[in-house]
Amino acid sequence: MSDFTNNFWNLYIVVLTVLGVLGCAVLLYSQSKYKVAKHNGPVGTTGHVWDEDLTELNTPMPRWWMWMFYLTIVFGIAYLFLYPGLGSYAGKLGWNSAKEYKTELAKADSEYGPLFEKYRQQDLKAVAADPQAHAIGERLFLTYCAQCHGSDARGNKGFPNLTDKDWLHGGAPETIKQTIMNGRHGVMPAMGAALGSDKDIENVAHYVLSLSGSAASDPIKSVFGKSKFSACMACHGAGGVGNQAMGAPNLADKTWLYGGSAETIMETIRKGRDNTMPAFGDFLGESKVHVLSAYVWSLSNETK
Amino acid sequence: MNAPEPQVIRMYEARQEIYPREAKGRYASLRWLCVWLTQLAFYGLPWLTWNGRQAVLFDLTTRKFYLFGLVLWPQDFIYLAALLIICAWLLFLVTAVAGRVWCGFACPQTVYTEIFLWIERKIEGPRSARIALAKQGPSLQKFSKKTAKHLAWGAVALWTGFTFVGYFTPIKVLGAESFTLAFGPWEWFWVLFYALATYGNAGWLREQVCKYMCPYARFQSSMFDRDTLIVTYDAKRGEPRGKVAKDTGKSVNGGSCIDCTMCVQVCPTGIDIRNGLQYECIGCAACVDACNSVMDKVEQPRGLIRYSTDRALATGMSAQDIRRRAMRPRVLIYTAGLLLVVIAVGTSLALRTPLKMDVIRDRGSMGREVDGGAIENVYRLQIMNTTEQSHRYRITAAGMPGLALATKDEVTLAGTETRAVPIRLRAPHGAGATGSNKITVQLTALDDPALTVKETAVFIVPR
Repeated sequence: MSDFTNNFWNLYIVVLTVLGVLGCAVLLYSQSKYKVAKHNGPVGTTGHVWDEDLTELNTPMPRWWMWMFYLTIVFGIAYLFLYPGLGSYAGKLGWNSAKEYKTELAKADSEYGPLFEKYRQQDLKAVAADPQAHAIGERLFLTYCAQCHGSDARGNKGFPNLTDKDWLHGGAPETIKQTIMNGRHGVMPAMGAALGSDKDIENVAHYVLSLSGSAASDPIKSVFGKSKFSACMACHGAGGVGNQAMGAPNLADKTWLYGGSAETIMETIRKGRDNTMPAFGDFLGESKVHVLSAYVWSLSNETK
Repeated sequence: MNAPEPQVIRMYEARQEIYPREAKGRYASLRWLCVWLTQLAFYGLPWLTWNGRQAVLFDLTTRKFYLFGLVLWPQDFIYLAALLIICAWLLFLVTAVAGRVWCGFACPQTVYTEIFLWIERKIEGPRSARIALAKQGPSLQKFSKKTAKHLAWGAVALWTGFTFVGYFTPIKVLGAESFTLAFGPWEWFWVLFYALATYGNAGWLREQVCKYMCPYARFQSSMFDRDTLIVTYDAKRGEPRGKVAKDTGKSVNGGSCIDCTMCVQVCPTGIDIRNGLQYECIGCAACVDACNSVMDKVEQPRGLIRYSTDRALATGMSAQDIRRRAMRPRVLIYTAGLLLVVIAVGTSLALRTPLKMDVIRDRGSMGREVDGGAIENVYRLQIMNTTEQSHRYRITAAGMPGLALATKDEVTLAGTETRAVPIRLRAPHGAGATGSNKITVQLTALDDPALTVKETAVFIVPR
């Protein structure tokens, strides 16, 4: 329970709490000693005198009131016994906020679970066509995906655009679901040393640009770069069309994850890229991911 | 300097049971009118229907307050503050003019005590019978009367608790639940708590609430002045009091007060108004009614105990002068303050747009370049349709040349729906300066142009 590495602070809290409770009890007890002798007997004074003859009557508190005070102490002790409050002592009931959170979560799951379960048993394309599932999917996306892919799902530098037809690992509904469930790890190794000099890297970059028909591609450098491109073919294929089985991007289209200028491509070749899509399967559960996948698929396959 | 003499003081005085005699007259009728009006409203309102839902419902789970055609959202919480301010000004004004009339005629404590006293009278009889019943030893008759009274009180209290919860949980659902006692835990708690509070306050605590517990009573005196209407005893006319003389109808000592103590017997807080203005007096005017009826019997003019002011009693002002003195600066200032707040709230409610929007720029990207060098920014519009009807809205943006939506510019929201709508704004190449540009996003209902909100936002053009 405790976040302290040193037991001193636990003891510090225990001592302060116990002294506080004891202090209140002692104070109460000492004050109840100042009682009038009899219920309607003569009232004494506190002994304080001002302005020569002004004295303060010693007016005690009603007994029931004193008892209420004592009861608050009893309540406090019982509370400290049942709930965590004394340093690292967890309390007899074993309550903690993490447990409460889990209970709330379980309650919510049991309430909304059947709805998600209903969708889970449907085909992803059918789920995508369901307006309610679409609305749920949109909310899930805005909560869990929008930080990287943007509220409109069009991505950012390094984070793929999900609304186009261009997919690193494939755009079939089941593939998308697998991506969200298990995550992806896209690695482009640093190829600088393998390709040779800076000049070679620049040439290859211009060849890559030529694959997608970019006007920025220098034809001469591109020709020199073509021979060196063989080092890239293992992943990106002979025509640079990529390989979805291993998540190698298609270099022959105009979609660029990190940017399509010669400088950016050179940087990519020289230093490589390492890109991670986290796995959401354990976190969200399959039925939620199912609805989410249908939504993401629908972004590039408008049904309406 | 002498040592203080030992003195005997009773520190805790046990409560003297009060058995108020029933008062009949103008003010008693007025009070009953107030009881009827307030309680018809309280018990009746939750049963009304409006737009297919409960007309007055404070729905805590969805955080919406329905008041007939008006739906208040958490953002409208300011109106609660405004309502409290209006209540405060009203209390200032009414108290400055007429003293504690709120206490005597409309306060829930008074109203429920009146209802409970009525039940008590119906079951145990008038004042003398109740005192006799209290004095007599245990008997079957006493037991059955007391039981009947408490059962009747309990029934009213439970119905009151039920109605109270009916303002927060749809009362028809609650009514159906009550047949099987299938209330939720919080419903149980509040029904019973409110019932117990009603039973305890109106049945047992009664005047003690006004005398010892009520905070209103404590600071009302600061709104009193010498021209405030109070229930007073005209000592000049009444004294010296004494037994009634048959021939004159006055007391044998010559004053108008014949010392019949009717004013004391009807007083719900058990005071003697003839001792002057006291903090216990809640201004209910029961003593006025009682005294007037006695004065009628002994054929003396009414008004020995009456609503008058401190100044009027001292100087013998006419009723017209008293009315004229009501227009004093203090009252005028209270009235002006009250009017000001009422007008402000009314205007604000009338001009209120039942549509709200927040514009949240995506933090993940500053702005992206798309085909042709145009710049796109992504936003999330948090739109709240606070009406109960479905509307179709058009989204537009302005503030930079050529700024336009690159996504759908229309969105439909169902009644009382809240939705996050992602949009993309696009500005052509070269529009706006590098860095942030101030823009506005506007939302307009297609079927009702008055439903328009405009929010400022920032459009970022990357370097």
